[in-house]
Order: sequence, then structure tokens, then C-alpha cells
Amino acid sequence: MQDSNTNSGQGLRTADGADPSVLVFGRQVYAVLAKDLLLEVRTKDALTAMLVFSLLALVTFNFALDLRPEVMSAVGPGVLWVALVFGSTLGLARTFAAERDHGTLEGLLMAPLDRSALYLAKLLANLIIISAAATVSVPAFAVLFDVAVDIPAVLGTLLLGAVGVAAVGTLFSAMASHTRAREVMLPILLFPILVPILIGVVQATGLALGSPTARDMPWLSLLVAFDGIYVAVGALVFDFVLQE
Amino acid sequence: MTERPSSCIIQPPLLVATGIVRRFGRTLALRGVSLNIMPCECVALLGPNGAGKTTLVRVLATALQPSAGALTIGGVDALRDAARARPLVGAVGHETHLYQDLTARENLRFYGRLYGVRGLEDRVSTVLKESDIAAVADRPVRTLSRGMQQRVALGRAILHEPMLLLLDEPETGLDDTAQRRLARMLEDWTDRGRAVVLTSHRLEWTRRLADRAIVLREGQIVAHIDRSDLEPDIVAAAYSGALSSAG
Repeated sequence: MQDSNTNSGQGLRTADGADPSVLVFGRQVYAVLAKDLLLEVRTKDALTAMLVFSLLALVTFNFALDLRPEVMSAVGPGVLWVALVFGSTLGLARTFAAERDHGTLEGLLMAPLDRSALYLAKLLANLIIISAAATVSVPAFAVLFDVAVDIPAVLGTLLLGAVGVAAVGTLFSAMASHTRAREVMLPILLFPILVPILIGVVQATGLALGSPTARDMPWLSLLVAFDGIYVAVGALVFDFVLQE
Repeated sequence: MTERPSSCIIQPPLLVATGIVRRFGRTLALRGVSLNIMPCECVALLGPNGAGKTTLVRVLATALQPSAGALTIGGVDALRDAARARPLVGAVGHETHLYQDLTARENLRFYGRLYGVRGLEDRVSTVLKESDIAAVADRPVRTLSRGMQQRVALGRAILHEPMLLLLDEPETGLDDTAQRRLARMLEDWTDRGRAVVLTSHRLEWTRRLADRAIVLREGQIVAHIDRSDLEPDIVAAAYSGALSSAG
């Protein structure tokens, strides 16, 4: 009993007339991602929260710590990533909390939407918003702490770190949204799992900033490996996480 | 209600639910509910508050996984292969499932993409017109009244032309004109070989639409009532448990 008005689309078809599953998957990721970004452009809820918190944290560190130039290159990467990750948590918490509060999560769950596509779309939306916040926070960090930031060198590190934070954050945001104390629950779940990413990203940023204490290891490869693991695990278990 | 077309006679059930159990922690919300929904019929789920109507609608809509039991929709095992069953169902719950900062048109367009609706823009325009919300189609949903939002929610549910409509108190917020329009739409829906399951506390409205009613009490089906027997005293008897079966 096949619905006459659905799943026919345009373009490539399989032998039975249905769209190839990869096309359907891509279309679903695009639909959710475009919707989330449109909502963010209109409300600016997540970006504003992330940005304001990250900048306030950097300003506070600037007043609280007397960072001389020789200390700065060792401590600076940690300061930057603490500000970015803590700020990101505020935006990540809204990923599924907003869907649940407005009753739209059930609308998504009743649709023939691949749960991995939902996860990937939410992850990409978070990645874009975290990256947007970072593009303002990193120059602010450079100005406040008087650090010469080699933008191309830091860019790859930032992106890999943001992928890890978004991958774990999106998954735990869905888990925490089931709970009453979700604002508290998300950081409790998130931060321990982010430790490997944070170590890698702080060390890699330190190398990019010329820190003498940064250990010369293949941090970027480590970050790529952890990002891959977190994204794969997130996509695989997301269906179970969404079940009440 | 008009006579059913001949195409409705002798067809397999559109939905078969067998022994549906749903627990929330220690609370048993559904205790082995079994029911069949045939094409062309409109079935009302009645029952006092807390009887399990909403939970049952959510399970039938595949939004909620049952703790035990089997569910087949359109011949598809909806618990094992929910992705194939979901396009066959359209549902409206207590929540409108609408994004408040998107316009009515953007909401329909978004859900249409998820359901892979063919000729999406034309279909969205048709639904906006049929639901009498074309005039407010480009306003953010949060600026619409509850009744208008309910019309958009109903439009979202029928957008992909599902075989089965599940409506949890669909008349909420609708004025008399909109309720009559909804009733006509549902009659037309079942005349086209599709089925409707609805919950409501308004007996008059239910009697006009439903071919039969299923009464739930404490998570169990306690009575089946034909439309001709949908009288307040019979329904009240079923609610109180004094009636085990009727019709």
C-alpha cells in the first residue's frame, strides 16, 4: 500500500522507481540543516549565547591572569579552548531542548526521517554555529592577549576541535533533553568524554602558536581519529538515544 | 454520513495492533490493547482522562515504541520497519509540531521535504488553500491564533496524503466553521479509501464523524460501540466500567 504522493522526487531512480537511499538521506540532511540554520538566522539564540559567553570568559581570563609573553604561549591555548568549549555548551544544550519544548521533536520522530540523517544535520548545524562563534572569539583572543595568531595554522585545529565538540555535544544534547535538569546534565555528560579532544586540540593549538611546552606529536591525526570515532558512534546509537 | 463506496468492501485491515503494552516506569499506560482499523472507516477512541488514548495514538503513529505487542500498518511491520510505515500515517497530537519562528508555508515545505512529497510547492499551495490558511501562509506561526495553528497542523498531517490519519482531539481551538470544514474533509478522506482514528471528548462531534467507537479505560479496551449507539448514557456506562460491550 504505497502512498501515491511521496518519495518519488526528481532525478535518479532505482529499478522499482524509488529514489536511491543515499539521495533520500542527503535530502533529509539538507532539509533539517536548512531549517535549523534558517531558525538560527531568525532567532540567533545559540550563536548569541555562545559568543557572549566565550567573549566574557576571555575578558575574565584577561583580567584574572597576568600572562607574560613567555607564559602566554603555554597557557593561551588552554584559555582559548576553555572559553570556546564552555560557550559551545550553551548552544549545544538548545539543539534538542528547543525541539522538545516546542513539541517539534515528535513531528520529526513521526516522519520517515533516518535517525542518522537527523544526527548528521544537527551536528553540521552545531559545527557551523560553533565555527561562526570561533571566528569572532579567536581574533578577540589575539587582541586581548596580544598573541600573533597564524590563522591558517590555527584554522585546521579549530575545525577539527569543533567537529569533536559538535559530534559529542549533539549526541549528549539529545540524551540530556530527556532529563529535567538538562542544563546541568549536558556538561556533566559532555566534559569527561571531551577530554581526549581537548588534550589534542590544546596541544595542536599550542604548536600552531609556537608554545615551547607543546609536545610535538601528530595531534591533528589524533583529532581526526577521535572525530571519526565520535561521529560514527553518534550516528549508530542515535536511534536508541531518541527513544523514550 | 454517506454510504461507503464499493471499493471499501472486502479489503485487508489498514492497521492491526495486537497486545500493545506501554509502560512509563512503574505506570502501565496501555495493558494489551488490540484493534483493527479498516480502510474507509473513521474510528473514535473515547475514554476518561488518563485512559491511555493519547499514549495509544502516539504508539500507532510510531512516535512511541510499545513495551510489548505487534503493530502492522498497510501490511508493514511498523515496529521493525518504521521507516516504511511512517509515510502511510499522518498525525496531529496535543502539540502542533510546528516551528513557531517559521511561517506556515515554511513549516509545510519542511515537512514535505522530510516525507519526499512530489511536486512540493504545488502540494503546499493546495493544502494551504484547502485548510483555509492561504491568507496567513507567510506569517510566522507564533503570530497565528491557536485555531489557525491547528489548521496548519492539520495541513501538515495531510500534506503527504497518508492512508491513515491519527488525530488527537483535532477540534481543539477550531471555531464552528473550521470544525464543519474538518468534518467534511474527514468524510471525504474516508470516502477515498483511507481511514481516520480520532480522539475527542465531544460526543456530538464524534457521533457525526465516527463509524464506531472504542472505549478505553485504565489502558484497556472496555467497549466497542456502533455509531447508532453513541448515546451519552451508553458512553458514560462504558466510562464507568458498567458496560463491557455494546453495538
